[in-house]
Amino acid sequence: MSQSWRDMYSQLLSSNQISHTSSSIQDTPLWQIESSQWQRAAELAKELSARWVAGWAEQLEDSFNVNALLEKDGDYVLLRTTVAEQHLQLPSQSTIYAAANRSERHTRDLLGVHFTDCPDHRPWLKHQAWQKHEYPLRKDFPLSGQPQDITPPDMDYAFVKARGHGVYEIPVGPVHAGIIEPGHFRFQAVGETILNLEEHLGYVHKGIEKLAVQRSPEKLARLAARISGDSTVAHAWAACQAMEQAASVDIPSRAAWLRGIACERERIANHLGDIGAICNDVGFAFAQMQFSRLREQWLRPQLQDFGHRLMMDYIVPGGVSHDINQDACERQLQALKTLRQELDDIVPAIDMNSSLEDRLYTAGYLSPQTAQDFGVVGYVGRASSQDFDVRRDKPYAPYHTLQIDAVLEEQGDVASRVWVRVKEIFASIKLLQQMLSQLPDGDIKADWKTPQANAEGLAMIDGWRGEIISYVRFDEDNRISRFYARDPSCVNWPALEKIVLNNIVPDFPVCNKSLNGSYSGHDL
Amino acid sequence: MLRLFSKTLKTGVVTERIKKPAADELEQLGIEVKQQIDRHFKGSLAIRAVDAGSCNGCELEIHALNNPIYDIERFGIHFAASPRHADVLLVTGPVSRHMQSALLRVWQATPEPKWVIAAGDCAVCGGEFGESYACCGSVDKVVPVDVAIPGCPPTPEMLLKGILGLINGAKTRSQPSDARQK
Ligand code: SF4
Repeated sequence: MSQSWRDMYSQLLSSNQISHTSSSIQDTPLWQIESSQWQRAAELAKELSARWVAGWAEQLEDSFNVNALLEKDGDYVLLRTTVAEQHLQLPSQSTIYAAANRSERHTRDLLGVHFTDCPDHRPWLKHQAWQKHEYPLRKDFPLSGQPQDITPPDMDYAFVKARGHGVYEIPVGPVHAGIIEPGHFRFQAVGETILNLEEHLGYVHKGIEKLAVQRSPEKLARLAARISGDSTVAHAWAACQAMEQAASVDIPSRAAWLRGIACERERIANHLGDIGAICNDVGFAFAQMQFSRLREQWLRPQLQDFGHRLMMDYIVPGGVSHDINQDACERQLQALKTLRQELDDIVPAIDMNSSLEDRLYTAGYLSPQTAQDFGVVGYVGRASSQDFDVRRDKPYAPYHTLQIDAVLEEQGDVASRVWVRVKEIFASIKLLQQMLSQLPDGDIKADWKTPQANAEGLAMIDGWRGEIISYVRFDEDNRISRFYARDPSCVNWPALEKIVLNNIVPDFPVCNKSLNGSYSGHDL
Repeated sequence: MLRLFSKTLKTGVVTERIKKPAADELEQLGIEVKQQIDRHFKGSLAIRAVDAGSCNGCELEIHALNNPIYDIERFGIHFAASPRHADVLLVTGPVSRHMQSALLRVWQATPEPKWVIAAGDCAVCGGEFGESYACCGSVDKVVPVDVAIPGCPPTPEMLLKGILGLINGAKTRSQPSDARQK
């Protein structure tokens, strides 16, 4: 058997005199390294083409833990270093990995950990709701904070400027023209061509990481279900899986399968809605009407079978909240057949539409190289040759027993992203058929066990947008002391700044929709 | 093109029918909404949706109002792209502090007479997020609210009911929204 990248990485660290004390969180190795080696360790990981997945920090008694999660071939490694409070700084990894940039700024804004040579000194999540040198995630910062009567707008963010003959700037947002989430986009354009785009996010920062502290497992699951409403199932699953790991709770296999069913249903619902919306962004109403009809018909039975149209709060610590009976299984299987037939009509009709072709092909190109550099995940990555799917590469129940057909495209344009999603609907239909017809008997919820003090959990779940990372630590009495969730949007958003380059301004909406980052999931 | 027409014909009209109002609450609601809009808004009501920190769950259901099954436009209600074209602001989310000024500006940019609907538990009472260093805690802490639609998220039917409630209330209200300057 060939050597895993983890072994190679470990050897590489050792041969570079980077000692890494090894422990683990469940089956993810955790390597504790010296903070002075933080950047060097990232450099060596990059040499092995590992992907930078997520970063977060945590305040301890008089020091801080800083974490960076890396992955290759489905094998994850968690790097950790501890930095003393009096000297709260360490070298940045974002000089090596672009994906670490916003994450390090997030950590700096909320905890005051200073990454010395982070190339970007601008705040990221912090606008004007708290003062400079205040850090909301610190233990001495009260949840209520000290808000002003009216929080002033964040006017002074130092956007990159472009100058020259005919160059002009377009500020867009935070409030947008459609029914969408708020965020700011700053364009520099010449004529209709976009020269540069900069995102400024953080408008929907709700203090989720702070709100998580001291919650019970049930309450944390509810909060996680509201990180990004469109991924409510996937986020709740990730948080529950992390908590279950920490508490050594094994969920019944029926519960795992029901979670899988809910998650694939969520994938289909979002793909249906978004494919329609993308077509609508280029004025093709037929697809919008058909797909939004299918989506509605898809959501309605969920109220009965899962207790909620969007299946919110369906996943709970230890299992799921509702069981489905044989009739419901039959009904859902029938609905899958109908959906397939409908798609067999609609998909060829949109495939052969020349106006759609004209607008979607070659628009919003993301090269495989850029996709890899940014570590993008989900359908955005898979449309640019990034062959990664947590369900297949780091399988968890119920996917470990199922055949996962990961869809891959390589053109990297808006059309590719649409086609990945079309094909993923068909793949999910197949998965659902298997899961519904082989649903194991048994309980739907395991009894909860109080985890040991300081127990940690780390989960990776493939939501419809891609890989979700969820980290929890408990304190002594079944309460959460730290929760961090990395929505796929965090790593996908920066790619939009590249996707739109040299496109025309009127194509921005369709480029944006084809990536469809969650603002709420990103801003926490 | 043929495929397109054939699918369109085969799909037919899926919009839930107006014939049997008693059997279908949505329709009943819609008809009432339509009558009121005709009477008080000359047949058209323009809504501006403002996300003030929602988790985006509420947006999904607001979107659903535009699908061919609810087809809210048939009642004369449409979503405007600018607050300057709006009669009603439909606000979601617990109003993140980073959105507070933006929401105020949108409200100020909406011409009188104007109404505000707070949609979803977050907008109504803070929901899962409440009041904190990051959230104002509800819409009415920032701008005056005329109608509150609870739910997490409210279903499309509940949203439609809420809009009806607003219109019924609007008839009786003599003053436009008190110009509480914040
Ligand atoms: S009410 Fe519920 S669905 Fe709506 S924004 Fe709040 S958490 Fe999300």
